[in-house]
Amino acid sequence: MTDQPVVHLAGVDKVFARGDQPVTTALQGIDLDIAQGEFVSLIGPSGCGKSTLLRIIGDLTSPTNGAVVVNGKTAEKARRDRDYGMVFQAPVLFEWRTVEDNVKLPLEVMGASAERRAQRAAEMLQLVELGDFLKHYPWQLSGGMQQRVAIARALAFEPAILLMDEPFGALDEMTRERMNSEVLRIWEQTGTTVVFVTHSIPEAVFLSSRVVVMSSRPGRITKVIDVDLPRPRNEDTRETRRYFELVTEVREALRHRHDGGPGPADHEHHPEDEAGVASDERTMAEGAVG
Amino acid sequence: MSAASDIAPPRDAPASTGPAASPSPAGGRTRRWLRTARYYIPAIAVFLAGIVLWELAVGAMQLQAFILPKPSAILAALQANWGDGRFALLPSAQATLIEAVGGMVIGTVGGVLVAFVTARWVTVRAALLPFAIAAGAIPIIAIAPLMNNWFGVLSPLSKMMMAAVLVFFPVMVNVTRGLVLVEPSALELMRSYAASESTVLRKVRIPNALPFFFTALKLGATLSLIGAIVGEYFGGASLVLGRIIVQSASALRFDVTWAAILFGAATGIAFYVAISLVERVVIPWHASVRATE
Repeated sequence: MTDQPVVHLAGVDKVFARGDQPVTTALQGIDLDIAQGEFVSLIGPSGCGKSTLLRIIGDLTSPTNGAVVVNGKTAEKARRDRDYGMVFQAPVLFEWRTVEDNVKLPLEVMGASAERRAQRAAEMLQLVELGDFLKHYPWQLSGGMQQRVAIARALAFEPAILLMDEPFGALDEMTRERMNSEVLRIWEQTGTTVVFVTHSIPEAVFLSSRVVVMSSRPGRITKVIDVDLPRPRNEDTRETRRYFELVTEVREALRHRHDGGPGPADHEHHPEDEAGVASDERTMAEGAVG
Repeated sequence: MSAASDIAPPRDAPASTGPAASPSPAGGRTRRWLRTARYYIPAIAVFLAGIVLWELAVGAMQLQAFILPKPSAILAALQANWGDGRFALLPSAQATLIEAVGGMVIGTVGGVLVAFVTARWVTVRAALLPFAIAAGAIPIIAIAPLMNNWFGVLSPLSKMMMAAVLVFFPVMVNVTRGLVLVEPSALELMRSYAASESTVLRKVRIPNALPFFFTALKLGATLSLIGAIVGEYFGGASLVLGRIIVQSASALRFDVTWAAILFGAATGIAFYVAISLVERVVIPWHASVRATE
């Protein structure tokens, strides 16, 4: 059962058409498998179709061609089974609901008992460290806090997969880094499979077990980079040499495609055991201070 | 509206992820009340100065009472015709208010029902909207004789229908907008929960439409009084504000006319304020309510 990927994409194309005329090829020949408990980032220039790909996985839009299998089901079946927790760039909180009631919303829709709703909302808000804000209204919270409520809401019904579409794109750099650490902590605690769209290279490297680099026009996967940074990761991880190497690797993979190189999509998989890599880890910070 | 923010309570909004600001201390309420009072002082001063100036100007220019009566004369007419007599103002204002409220109810129910249908079915919207806009463009005064003919010149129902026609359009248009103009990502969120259309309606569209609905009701408060009074101009029971305005004017009792206008204005303001109070109770979370709290 663990061998079966949570998300399986094979030959996925997406063409946006107006009437009968195809207008843009947003995605072309996407093959990707995501395993149970992975944290996979989709990164690429704007217009590379990374958000579209996320929306295809979540059955918010359908592919023009190709197969999408989620937990052995079609994406639509998976959505109907409530396998997805969604977090968008905007928190999308309902202003007429308190923080607590916003987190309860999916549980209400899914018919959970009042007791379970209250319990899950309290637990999830504790998890995102907003336990003291149950009765606040969204407008009383900062942008970062609102986004944490959105994460709590997405996790409230224990979805199999968390789909995050540039969730921290609207936040300032410092808040974003703090949110990154939070997301990692939550991911480590819950073990949820995460697909994370971003245009921030440091964010992608810091969070992910794999970074999927995409190019635009047409949207393709150009490289898949395994992030072998040891876990648990923390703020010190951002100062290690391996971290910088990986950031550089992702950046070069992105630039390579920007130059318009014709090279075929090369999927690089390095199934190394993480323990071996972790042992010879040295931080840049230590070297710099010495 | 920007001035309103001067009297808004300080928002309990922590800058980032710090702990919540503690609630304002006991002295905060008094201070806020004082600030509110100070905010209204200029308006009150202008009002009083205007009345005094009016009084003095009428005397100084020796204007005839049928052109512009003194405020003191209007006040006297108000007292003399308060509860009884040919121009009894209080029962007339009550009768007109009942017509306006009745029209408000009819127009609101109609507008909301049509809004739900047009919001749900795009084809219905496309089919009805041109007619709704065209019908909304009819000057209300033109249909007053028709309403009197259809619903009885002496029946309050004919005035209610005048008010209802005026109230219907803003309610229908605003509620439709409120039901339709939902953030696309909110709908995607509900889709990811596999929520049914009726759940989306209950949990997203209707709450989203409430502020639009109250905006329409506040417009309707004024419009319904206009509708009722215009209807009354074209005949009906004698103890209503519209009839008193017409008859006192033709009798050259302009002090009474002015008193009736004053009554009409006060009734309109009271109606509006009543709806605003309901709005505060029903949608305390909305920005328009928060800002003037």
